[in-house]
Formats: sequence, C-alpha cells, structure tokens
Amino acid sequence: MNFIKNYQFSLVRKSQKIVLYLFLIVLMLGLFEALILSPEDYLQGDSVRIMYVHVPSAWISLGIFSLIATLSIMVIIFKNKVFFLIAKSLAPSGFVFSLVALVTGSIWGKPTWGTWWAWDARITSMLILCIFYLMYLLAWRIFENKDYVTKITSFIAILGFINIPIIKFSVDWWSTLHQPSSVNIFSKTTIHTTMLIPLGIMTAAFALFSLLIFLMKYNTELIKIKNKGLDRL
Amino acid sequence: MISEFIYMNGYGYYVLSSFLFTLVCFLGLYIITKSQLTKEQNKFNVKFGELNSEQVKEAKKQKIYKEIIATEIFSKI
Repeated sequence: MNFIKNYQFSLVRKSQKIVLYLFLIVLMLGLFEALILSPEDYLQGDSVRIMYVHVPSAWISLGIFSLIATLSIMVIIFKNKVFFLIAKSLAPSGFVFSLVALVTGSIWGKPTWGTWWAWDARITSMLILCIFYLMYLLAWRIFENKDYVTKITSFIAILGFINIPIIKFSVDWWSTLHQPSSVNIFSKTTIHTTMLIPLGIMTAAFALFSLLIFLMKYNTELIKIKNKGLDRL
Repeated sequence: MISEFIYMNGYGYYVLSSFLFTLVCFLGLYIITKSQLTKEQNKFNVKFGELNSEQVKEAKKQKIYKEIIATEIFSKI
C-alpha cells in the first residue's frame, strides 16, 4: 500500500508540468481551429462556435461523474482509500465543466432559441448534475467524520449516476429543444469533418485540463496525508 | 479583419463571452488548486523543519518525504 502511494506520488509530481504544457499547446491549436478555421453553420451562423466549448464541457462533466460513481462503488467493494482519493480529486474539475456547459449552453440558447433558459429535459438534467457535483463537494467540506463522509459522498455519487443516462437519452425520450446527438460511436456521425476536427481538439484540451487539475488535487491530498504522518512522529 | 472577427456576423458577443467565461473558469480553478497545493507544501516544509534529528532520520526513511523536498522547485508550475 505504501509502495503504491509512493509510486503514485512520484508519477503525479513529474507529470503535472508535462500535462500543463501539453494542455496549453492543444488549447491554442483548438482555439485557432474553433474561432478562425472552422466554418460557420448554414443555419446557426457563427453562433455554432459556442459548440466548441459547450459540448466538450458537457461530455467531460458527464464522464468525470461516471468515473466518480464507479470509484465510489469500488470503494464500497474493495475498501481501498486510493479510489476515494481519486474520486475526491476529480470532483472540482467535473463541477467546473458542468457549470461551463450550463452557462455556455444558456448563452448559445439566446441567439438560437431566443431564450437564455428553458426547462427542457436536457438542460434540467444537466442542472441536476451540477447540483449533485455541488452536493458532493459540499459534503467534503461539511462533514469531518471520515467514515460518515465516505458513506455520504458515495451515496451522492451513486444516486447522481442515475441521472447520467437521463442526460444522455433525454433528447430521444422527450421532445426537447436540443437536437439529437450528432457525434455517435455506434452509428453514423452527422457532423462535418471541418467541425469535427476542432471539436475533437477542444475535447482533448479540456480533457488535459481536467487531468492537470486532478493531478494537482491528488498531489495536495497526498501531501495532506503526509502532513498528518509528520504530526505522528 | 479584427473587427470582423469580433463582430462574427452579430454573434461575436455570444461566442466570445462563452469562450471568455470558459477560460476565466479554467484560470480560477487552476489558481485555487495551485494555491491549495502550495499551502500544503509550505505546511509540510514548516513541519519538516521543526523535526529533531531523530525524527528527520525516521521521516527520511520514507521515500515520499524525499520526493516532496527534492521536487519542490519543479512543482512550482
């Protein structure tokens, strides 16, 4: 267990700098593609460029929450604290991405639908996800008892996970303002390559940013543990 | 050229504010996370400095302490 922590710590410290530089390079490339090179939409015009920040943020916030829920289940099964530390370190970036998805979606809604907000199934379920992230983060701040906070945060993550398929399939199950998915893994992607490339680059940049924040948070948590260890000497 | 880019056929306000909001959020999260990391590192350095020689010897046996001290400069990203 100690060996695993030491190895992880070393790996985390060294990779932070590399990830930061990689993120900045990919972000610059993504911004150039999204704001300058990519074409405007025949229907939405230049407002379609909001997609390059809105969609990756939504994807990553969903992915991070799914990961947190999976890790919470693994904590319950394997009783391994490392999973718990990983889940805790992932939450801040997940929350920020869900917030970015909501706000940029609202900004996109104004020129596209003529309103900043609508109680549409996709938007409402995304708002619920953001609230679950907030509850998860607040639980860490409010509760001091370790066993209790483990149970509470695991419960929040697993309960919130029910919302993930609702977000994904909300556009198919209900009549919503959102269009059906354009980027698909198992069926044909309906988005043009000239838009798919910047979308892919921006998604990679955002994923690298979440990785960077995760590494920094994880490192902080490890140092906190070692600080407690020093107190015991 | 620049004014055309900013205007974006009337959508510039929406597009650029979305990108700006995203980047501000990223920067804010990075600064908060970085300050938390630095705070914990400093706390560790102070605590480690207060240890007596026997405790330092004991602490240094563990690889993770060496890592924090040795990589302190490099971690300031």
